[in-house]
Amino acid sequence: MRLWFAILALMAAPVLAQQSMPPAPYAYTQLEDPALEAEATELMETLRCLKCQSQSINDSDAPMAGDMRHQVRSRILAGESPDAIRSWLTQRYGDYVSYQPEVSSTTWPLFAIPLLLLLIVGGVLFTRLGKRRSDKGTE
Amino acid sequence: MIAELGLAALWLSAALSVLMMISGAMGLRDVASPHALYARPASVVQAFLAVLAFFLLLYAFAITDLSIKLVATNSHSAKPFIYKLTGTWGNHEGSMLLWVAVLALSGGLLGGLERRLPEKTMSATLMVQGFVALGFYAFMLLSSNPFERLPVPALEGGGLNPLLQDIGLAIHPPTLYVGYVGLSVAFSLAMGALITRQVTPDFAKVMRPWVLGAWVFLTFGITAGSYWAYYELGWGGWWFWDPVENASLMPWLAATALLHSVTVLAARDALRTWTIMLGVLAFSMSMLGTFLVRSGVLTSVHAFAVDPERGSFILGLLGLYIGGALVIFAMRAGSISEGKRFTVTSREGALVFNNVMLSAILAIVLLGTLYPLLTEAFDVRVSVGPPYFNPAGAIFAIPMFIVMAVGPLLRWKDDKPARIQFELALLAAVAIAIVALVAILGDYSVLAVLGLALSVALGIGALLPLKGRNIRRVPTATWGMIAAHFGVAVSLFGMASESAFTSEKLAAMAPGDSEVVADWNIQLESVDPVAGPNWTAIEARVLAARGDEEPTELGPQSRNFWSPPQPTSESALVTRWDGQLYVVVGDSAGIDANGNERWQIRVWWKPFVTFIWYGGLLIAFGGILSIIGRLQVDLKRRSAKAQGKARRADVEALSGDKPGSTAAPEPAE
Repeated sequence: MRLWFAILALMAAPVLAQQSMPPAPYAYTQLEDPALEAEATELMETLRCLKCQSQSINDSDAPMAGDMRHQVRSRILAGESPDAIRSWLTQRYGDYVSYQPEVSSTTWPLFAIPLLLLLIVGGVLFTRLGKRRSDKGTE
Repeated sequence: MIAELGLAALWLSAALSVLMMISGAMGLRDVASPHALYARPASVVQAFLAVLAFFLLLYAFAITDLSIKLVATNSHSAKPFIYKLTGTWGNHEGSMLLWVAVLALSGGLLGGLERRLPEKTMSATLMVQGFVALGFYAFMLLSSNPFERLPVPALEGGGLNPLLQDIGLAIHPPTLYVGYVGLSVAFSLAMGALITRQVTPDFAKVMRPWVLGAWVFLTFGITAGSYWAYYELGWGGWWFWDPVENASLMPWLAATALLHSVTVLAARDALRTWTIMLGVLAFSMSMLGTFLVRSGVLTSVHAFAVDPERGSFILGLLGLYIGGALVIFAMRAGSISEGKRFTVTSREGALVFNNVMLSAILAIVLLGTLYPLLTEAFDVRVSVGPPYFNPAGAIFAIPMFIVMAVGPLLRWKDDKPARIQFELALLAAVAIAIVALVAILGDYSVLAVLGLALSVALGIGALLPLKGRNIRRVPTATWGMIAAHFGVAVSLFGMASESAFTSEKLAAMAPGDSEVVADWNIQLESVDPVAGPNWTAIEARVLAARGDEEPTELGPQSRNFWSPPQPTSESALVTRWDGQLYVVVGDSAGIDANGNERWQIRVWWKPFVTFIWYGGLLIAFGGILSIIGRLQVDLKRRSAKAQGKARRADVEALSGDKPGSTAAPEPAE
């Protein structure tokens, strides 16, 4: 019987959360250790608030952003590395949640094109500026 | 009646833009053609009518005419008057009307004032300007009519997004639009010069003030927008690499490159094809930005696919104008020689280098903005944010800042680096010293440290052109360059300092509690409800004291608007010369052990953050100085010419020739 109540309470919790449950403890509270907090902030700045338009979870008042901040801070406190938390979140919410694209079959042009751009820039500079020296005499 | 008058004015100006186009084309075929006369007056009258249409809509918003659909959807009778006015452009149709009105106005100014170009080039330019205007008039009239009436007037309006109910909306969009659309003149002039093969220094001198003017407005608009987002969004961020922000940054990057290129063309008759290409690119980026913001493609690619009318219309215009320009460019580029030659180590060389860097940064921003939209169309959602833009942009920005510090010290055409070796050594020493100093002070990100070092070196480099010169003799335009370059250094310093040294404190505080942030002591006095014209709020009274000084009282608010219902944070700021204290009050955080209600308080101390916007203002001010300087020179030259002419006429009269018989026919101006 007691177990039943516990399960019922667990099921009711999300419903309450939709209404006016106070935000999770670490949503608006920093970690004690400044080094850990800096680590968390750095990570939170690069995670997208999925309910907002173009805001990181570090820049948003949305309840979901608060919950995600709580997740990030408590996992950092538990000793998880930022990279591990990021991959946990991307597994859960998809690549969309991370502002830091990783090289993959869908994102490789994001990295290949800048490299190509470097080559083009080098080429343009060489033809526009490099040649001048040789034909300076002809002027 | 207002709405009908406005609509009629829009239709009439669309018709006049057709006249402008046809008459321009006639003038291009034959300058003496009697039909060529209409282009200039048509451009002026269509400008008048389009601006009139905009003011009529403004009036409809001012009196909250709820029989007009746009007013009913976006305004509310209980809104403060200033936000009723600014609400005119806080929505799709209204902001497009502002866009079109500015486009028409720039065309009118061009047709009415510009007398320095050969008539044939002018005809071609007005033809292009009319063609561009026609497309956007068609867009307004066919798919975004702002004057549409409701069958039955609404009882009350829907209200304006509370985030937009701020003085920022009065400043940011209009200035940005003037900049965006002012670039259309650069586009038309470039096309006109290309069509008539008149890519000359004289053409560049005509184009320069237009580019400078648009660029000043763009700079100011971006600066204002950044500060607005900073204080309004309540989390202290000032740049988010949001697609909408990128849409305004891209034309700015192109316009910056264009403005340097056109200066080289005017002074040295070099970089002809570059200037034309950048003229096309700058306005293309303006149109692309408009497409991104106005088509709804940013909210969701799928929403765009469901209701693609507006988006595809702008996309069609975009393809037509950019494609057309590129075709003409490809046909004519061969016939324009590149112009005068120069070496790597010359001022032109440095300018070319930085123009390439600016274009590369533009390409990175474009890629990072468009790529997520592209993948979303194939149902793969990725996010591209600061961790991508910052390092990828820095690859090109860092060499650019280095060359920018040195470039103005070089001579035109050819120079020996050995001549400026003292300056080079000084700048390098300063930069290295700062990197070392900051690295000793603490553990900061590489980009922030490099940014600090480069900003100081750049600041010194910007002032070095004054060395050994008589300050009073320095031309105004040179002061403009110095101010703008120094502004870039100031702004960069603010950005690097903010990202390296910000301290943050998030706390749940009951009245009477205090917290410490950097060297500030923050005390929460009380939290009380307050009410405004269309919102209610809780206001915290916070005392902030730095060290032992007298505390400053602050009143950050957490507002709830009721139409439409939406909460906003009104941050409270304390500005000091060396930074800003940023205080926000959030929701209730429950009851503490003593039974007092606690509130979420967020406080940041952001050292030198204000320099970001001071720098932006300095850059814009430099642009204004530069325009004034050019106008001074132009007026001086004109009065000298007039004097010369008068003197020659006197000489002729004295020598006894019959005046008039030998006089050449005066040009139309």
